[in-house]
Amino acid sequence: MSEENIGCARPTGGPLGESLDEQENTDKKTIKKERAMLMVGQKAPDFTAPAYQEGKFVNIKLSDYLGKWVLLCFYPGDFTFV
Amino acid sequence: MQNLGVEVLSMSIDSVFVHKMWDDDELKKMVVGGVPFPMLSDGGGKVGKVYGVFDEQAGVEARGRFIIDPDGILQGFEVLTPPVGRNVNETIRQLQAFQLVRETNGAEATPAGWKPGKKTLKPGIDLVGKVWKEWKTDMAFD
Repeated sequence: MSEENIGCARPTGGPLGESLDEQENTDKKTIKKERAMLMVGQKAPDFTAPAYQEGKFVNIKLSDYLGKWVLLCFYPGDFTFV
Repeated sequence: MQNLGVEVLSMSIDSVFVHKMWDDDELKKMVVGGVPFPMLSDGGGKVGKVYGVFDEQAGVEARGRFIIDPDGILQGFEVLTPPVGRNVNETIRQLQAFQLVRETNGAEATPAGWKPGKKTLKPGIDLVGKVWKEWKTDMAFD
C-alpha cells in the first residue's frame, strides 16, 4: 500500500459494495436486519479505511488481504484503559 | 500472530492522528518499536455498524474480534463490552484450529478443548456414534 498524503481534513473510509446514499436511506429496521445477517461461514463485509502504521498514514482495504488470514479487532477507543 | 501468518488490523472511531499520538505516547512504552500492524480509523462507526459492534448511544465500538480466512470468509467472532479485555491465547488457539481444519481440507475437526498437540477427530461414517471412544469429557479442559 502507498503512503497517503494527509491534509487538514480527517480522512475517512467506509463499507464497500453499496453506495453511501443507500446506507443513509436505510431505516433502523433495515440496519438491525443487516446486523443479524453477519454470520460465520459468510463473506466478511469489505471496507476501506484510513490507517496509521509505523510512522505512515496509509489506506487499507480488507479485500486486499484475500489469500491471508486476517484478525480484525475493534475497540472502544485510543487511550482507554483495558 | 506473525508466526501464524495472520495479519492484524485494529479499528476504532478515533482519527489516524489520535492513533499516531497513542502509539507515540503510550503504546511504544508497552511494545518495543510501537504497534506493528495498521491502526484503522472508522470515523462515525460506518464499518462498525456493518459488523454489528457500533454502539450508537455511546458512539464507540465494542471489543469485537473477527477471524477472516484467506477466502474472505468470516470464520468466527467474539464481541465484548468495553470493561472486559480479550483472551489473546484463546484467539491464537482458534486461529490454529481453523488453520488446521483448512490445511486438512476439513478431513480433521477440532473437538472441544482442542489445542495444538491434542487429538483431532476425523469426521466420517465410521465416527458416527463413536465419538465417545475417541473423545472423553476431561479432554475439554487443559
